[in-house]
Amino acid sequence: MPEAAKALCLKIDTEKKREKNLKLKRAVPKFFLNLFMAVILVGISYVILSPLIGIVSHSFMSINDYYNPLVYLIPEQGTLSNYRTAWQQIQYPNSLAYTLILSSVIMLIQTFICGFVGYGFARFRFPGRNLLFAMVIATIVVPVQTFMVPLYGQFRNFDIAGILHLLTGHGANLLNTPVPILLMSVFGSGLRSGLFIYIFRQFFKGLPKEIEWAAFIDGAGPFYTYFVVMLPNAGSAIITVLLFSFVWQYNDVFFASLFMDDSNLLSIQITTLTPKLAQTLQIRDPNQVMLIVHAGVVLTIIPLIIVYLLLQKHFMESVDRSGIVG
Amino acid sequence: MKKKRITLEAREKRTGLLFVLPWVIGFLVFFAYNMAQTIVFSFNKLTMGKNGYNLSFVGLDNFNYAFLKSADFVRTLTESTGNILIDVPLIIFFSLFIAVILNRQFKGRALVRAIFFLPVIMASAAITSALTANLQNMLGGLSSTAAGTDSQQVSGLNIQSIAVMISDYGIPKQLIDFLVGAVGNLYEIIRNSGVQIIIFLAALQAIPGSLYEVAQMEGATGYEIFWKITFPLVSPLIVTNLVYTIVDLYSQSTIIDMEMTTAFTQQNFGLSAAMALVSSAVICLILGVCTSLISKKVFYQT
Repeated sequence: MPEAAKALCLKIDTEKKREKNLKLKRAVPKFFLNLFMAVILVGISYVILSPLIGIVSHSFMSINDYYNPLVYLIPEQGTLSNYRTAWQQIQYPNSLAYTLILSSVIMLIQTFICGFVGYGFARFRFPGRNLLFAMVIATIVVPVQTFMVPLYGQFRNFDIAGILHLLTGHGANLLNTPVPILLMSVFGSGLRSGLFIYIFRQFFKGLPKEIEWAAFIDGAGPFYTYFVVMLPNAGSAIITVLLFSFVWQYNDVFFASLFMDDSNLLSIQITTLTPKLAQTLQIRDPNQVMLIVHAGVVLTIIPLIIVYLLLQKHFMESVDRSGIVG
Repeated sequence: MKKKRITLEAREKRTGLLFVLPWVIGFLVFFAYNMAQTIVFSFNKLTMGKNGYNLSFVGLDNFNYAFLKSADFVRTLTESTGNILIDVPLIIFFSLFIAVILNRQFKGRALVRAIFFLPVIMASAAITSALTANLQNMLGGLSSTAAGTDSQQVSGLNIQSIAVMISDYGIPKQLIDFLVGAVGNLYEIIRNSGVQIIIFLAALQAIPGSLYEVAQMEGATGYEIFWKITFPLVSPLIVTNLVYTIVDLYSQSTIIDMEMTTAFTQQNFGLSAAMALVSSAVICLILGVCTSLISKKVFYQT
């Protein structure tokens, strides 16, 4: 018996040793793999962060610092005058408030409408559904830029079935008001609305039908069911769309420059900052202009970064669970 | 009994249409109507009058002008589409690669993910155009060189010296050009990959862990696991990302700028409409070819 026990012990021992060896054998390539990944991640993070670091450091530099070859990243004669000039030139408090309000309103409208439409496409069978959904895909694929000229004309001379023409003889000029962007969002044709409809539709398709059946049997109508039963379950898709809609609207230049060229939207202000500084303020040194523009860029990014940091955790979790995945 | 079922179906039809009605209106008023207008414009010469615009039919003149007389159009179009064709596979592979890495457990994953989402925020058209305008101001309006220096400046790489070094070893010039272009575009590629990374990440998270467990039990290597499990299961999303990337790159490309200046600076709306139609047709063709080629290889679970 002890013989057998001994043999067993020996066997277990060698097994353990072999396992240890195997672990060691695997540990070496694993270490290199991790090192490789760490190097790549750090490198790419650097590529992403370095322009940001450069911009932030420039924004605090005085022009003397910029010309001083000894100064690298950390300014010697730090100054806030770049920020002061940028702040005044882009009328920061005004344009920020305006941009934030417009972006939030658009964000809410887009989320509401696209969720509604997406639910319609996901759950109800009606004639021409597939054709209409193909058209949703078409609005994603065909860029707005293709028909920007008639779109511009449409809002320059806006009319509803010729009523305004009968009353005043010409249409209403809606340019340089937020109305065009708002109207387009309300009717689900706003900035990347097609994509949002797609996201919502995929998400609602993934939810079990039993929830609704239960609601229907209890006598709830389809709208009541949508708002009270389905929408609260769509939290992750909603957060995804909210964030993307807000960020894209905040950053949008295309619609803004097409419809609201004169407005004090932040994106327009920051784009026109360079010519403003060079021509209106007559700053002759282009490097000085650059430092001020970089301060303006920092001012523009900061609100978004704050929003993102606040939502980051929810956002990543919700992306993991939302219907982006087809 | 039968009658009731029909009414239920009819009701479903009605509520369904009611739900999508806002979008249908928007689609007809803003998308379909204006697409039709664009097609009409492209065959006309459009002059701005006091009460709107006047159209005079010119047939194919606008298209003729764009293709045969305009100095820039064909060159810009080929250049833009060429750039898109080069960048798209790089962006797709890069974002898939990064998503796979970010999907692993490691310390500081939340921080790294936050950093990788930054381009979505930062690489906004507003900020890019502000910085480009600035660079043009510094270089005196040389926009074509501006784009090149921009990406090289920010990525802080001196690629040319490396390129010269490699060419000494007798590597074909075309390959070097491609590689140098890819490295020079590194920043652009990273900048344009934010959304794609998120989409791939979501797809990777959706793969059930049991599949990996089974594969490991059967003794599959990491390489096999990637190609036999991960890749097929995220492949539907490659199509989604492909479409998104092409559309995204196209909307940023120089051909769009050209159309905008033709329309709003030179006031030549007919020509701009013709250009827009041609370039959109080209992009749709590329999209169609790419998606149909890839769709065949895509693995669908059901």
